[in-house]
Amino acid sequence: MRDVAIVSVAQSHHRRSAEELNEVEMIQPVIRAALDGVGASISDIDFTCSGSSDYLAGQAFSFVMTLDAVGAWPPIVESHVEMDGAWALYEAWLKIQTGAADTAFVYSYSKASPGDLPRVMSRMLDPYYAGPLWPDSVAYAGLQARAMLDAGVTTERQMAEVAHRNRESARTNPNAQVVGSPSVDELLAAPMLSDPLRVHDCPPISDGGVAVVLAAGDRAREWAERPAWIRGIDHRIDGHQIGARDLTTAPSVALAAQRAGVDGAFDVAEVHAPFSHQEQLVLDGLGVGNGVEVNPSGGALAANPMMAAGLIRLGEVATRIMDGSAGRGVAHATSGHLLQQNLVCVLEGGD
Amino acid sequence: MTTEDRRDRSISTLPDGLWTQPTPSVPVDLGDDPVRRQVVPAAMRYNYSPGLASTRFLRGLAEKRFLGERCPETGEVYIPPRGVSPVSGLPTTEQVEVGPKATITSFCVVHIGFGVNAPPTPFVSALFLPDGAAVSLYGTMGEVPHDEVRIGMRVEPVWVDDDQLTESMENIRYWRPIDEPDVPAEQLKGHM
Amino acid sequence: MNVATESSGGGEGLLEAPLIIEYAFNRTTGPVIGAFVTGLRERRVLGIRSADGRVVCPPVEYDPQTGAPLEEMVEVGTAGTVTSWSWVSQVRDGQPLQTPHALALIQLDGADTSMLHVIDADGPEAVSTGARVRIRWAEEPTGAITDIACFELDGGAS
Repeated sequence: MRDVAIVSVAQSHHRRSAEELNEVEMIQPVIRAALDGVGASISDIDFTCSGSSDYLAGQAFSFVMTLDAVGAWPPIVESHVEMDGAWALYEAWLKIQTGAADTAFVYSYSKASPGDLPRVMSRMLDPYYAGPLWPDSVAYAGLQARAMLDAGVTTERQMAEVAHRNRESARTNPNAQVVGSPSVDELLAAPMLSDPLRVHDCPPISDGGVAVVLAAGDRAREWAERPAWIRGIDHRIDGHQIGARDLTTAPSVALAAQRAGVDGAFDVAEVHAPFSHQEQLVLDGLGVGNGVEVNPSGGALAANPMMAAGLIRLGEVATRIMDGSAGRGVAHATSGHLLQQNLVCVLEGGD
Repeated sequence: MTTEDRRDRSISTLPDGLWTQPTPSVPVDLGDDPVRRQVVPAAMRYNYSPGLASTRFLRGLAEKRFLGERCPETGEVYIPPRGVSPVSGLPTTEQVEVGPKATITSFCVVHIGFGVNAPPTPFVSALFLPDGAAVSLYGTMGEVPHDEVRIGMRVEPVWVDDDQLTESMENIRYWRPIDEPDVPAEQLKGHM
Repeated sequence: MNVATESSGGGEGLLEAPLIIEYAFNRTTGPVIGAFVTGLRERRVLGIRSADGRVVCPPVEYDPQTGAPLEEMVEVGTAGTVTSWSWVSQVRDGQPLQTPHALALIQLDGADTSMLHVIDADGPEAVSTGARVRIRWAEEPTGAITDIACFELDGGAS
């Protein structure tokens, strides 16, 4: 295995609607900031990979448009995933492992504000049994929350505590969209949005993006004083038919964590749990217990740009390693509904 | 297309072992007209906004002007502008009016029209390089027989009536030839 | 793909236009989903037996655990038990019920897995996990999951 590190991270200030900007105008400053972070230009990058989905803004070939911001002419080596950018990073990491690249640029973004996101998300479901019912993504997540509540895996109070802690943590995150939270008791007094979920249990709808530079070995040491080395990375998927899954566990998180070498000895964990009830499932799957700081950024409950919120988790851990505030961390990203697919990445400072 | 033509290739025609298609036994009589296909419409509504640069471009169109934007590094003018230079990746900030006269950089004689707005066939769709721009706009040709259209031909846009102008490419009804000598193809290199 | 646009907005503000993207997919069902939706058209529900003997409903072509092709379709009941649910207070276009309702997972009698569908109910207080529900059939079946118009609560249809 080649040593590969995250050496630069940039993200947007996430907001409910970047209505005055098209997607390339929205992501260009983020792309530029990530490259500037290591003093690189696109000619220093061997491979570029992005993550986005045209359904979100209703913009056909949006990822081709945003390549303009990379400076894609003369032609560059690039690829794209219709997934969270964490999977684009995985592809880039793999490309570096093959020896075909020493450096890679990864970015992802979404502008979900032009559409009705909870309805658009139903297009991700199987088109025969679920798609024709147009279930919105909040009610869909509610099925998982109810299953967990019924099974005693969580309580409404624990869910509110997760929401409260994440949004209070977001106070120190300049990129967060939802910052600060009423008390847990006040949260529990609020009406249901989609019983058993209240507004605080749900992520905000966010426009925004993130960009990351990867480099191997000496190039990483050259570009960063303290590279965030990828010590393990893996992704796994559960079945797509939720009626045939046990919604109170996340086996693919546990398996990805095991394969990525997660051992619990972390300073920080950033987990991608868009709905409050999901954080406990992910932490259980990771085997991360007390003593680990969870989601100092506020997580996806503080800002949830689709296709980017997972890669942001990797970026948040890497940023803390690069600035010396953490020595070792674990990042988790999810894709699909109800934690169906999960990626786990172990990051570490040092040589 | 007949129903027969639309039948999918049977998986059984694939090499052995590549794929096994389930052949389920069904415990109830499903009649002699089993469902094989479903038409599943999926319509989504968006409130689309074009961004800063495209908004400037569209507002220019409402005044019958082509507003491109210049790459700060190469000096090339891109149209329609997206706000970013595809060569340098830097924001374009300087607006530059180009055209309206233009040169055909490529064309196609269309014999089968698609969509409700397609003109009567045959018609010519073409790429029009506005004077001063680095890239071409797409449109259709008019006022000329289709077999007389050629690369390098000089053209101008024909606009809708002034009271019909909106922030839309549909302001251009079509393009037509003008009485100027053709531009030699070698001068169009890099723009075709 | 149809893309419909119309221009709107004048003045110096933000340009915006409604954009409707419609995908008129014409999908093949394959033999298993085809048999299932044909069954719905005839007001009967089919599952399929998985490698470990469990009945998966709605049916899948391949065993979720082993990937082996599944072959034995079995008829299950038209009534069942709610295994999870959430309340849809803001109804959206295309949903089977255009009034507030429950989205639910329902394990039909004779099946070992649950089906996603909706329950017609007066309010969230009327629904509970474990509640018994039965199918309300669409008046004009077309061979689709929506041939089940919705589920209704046993003994208390709204």
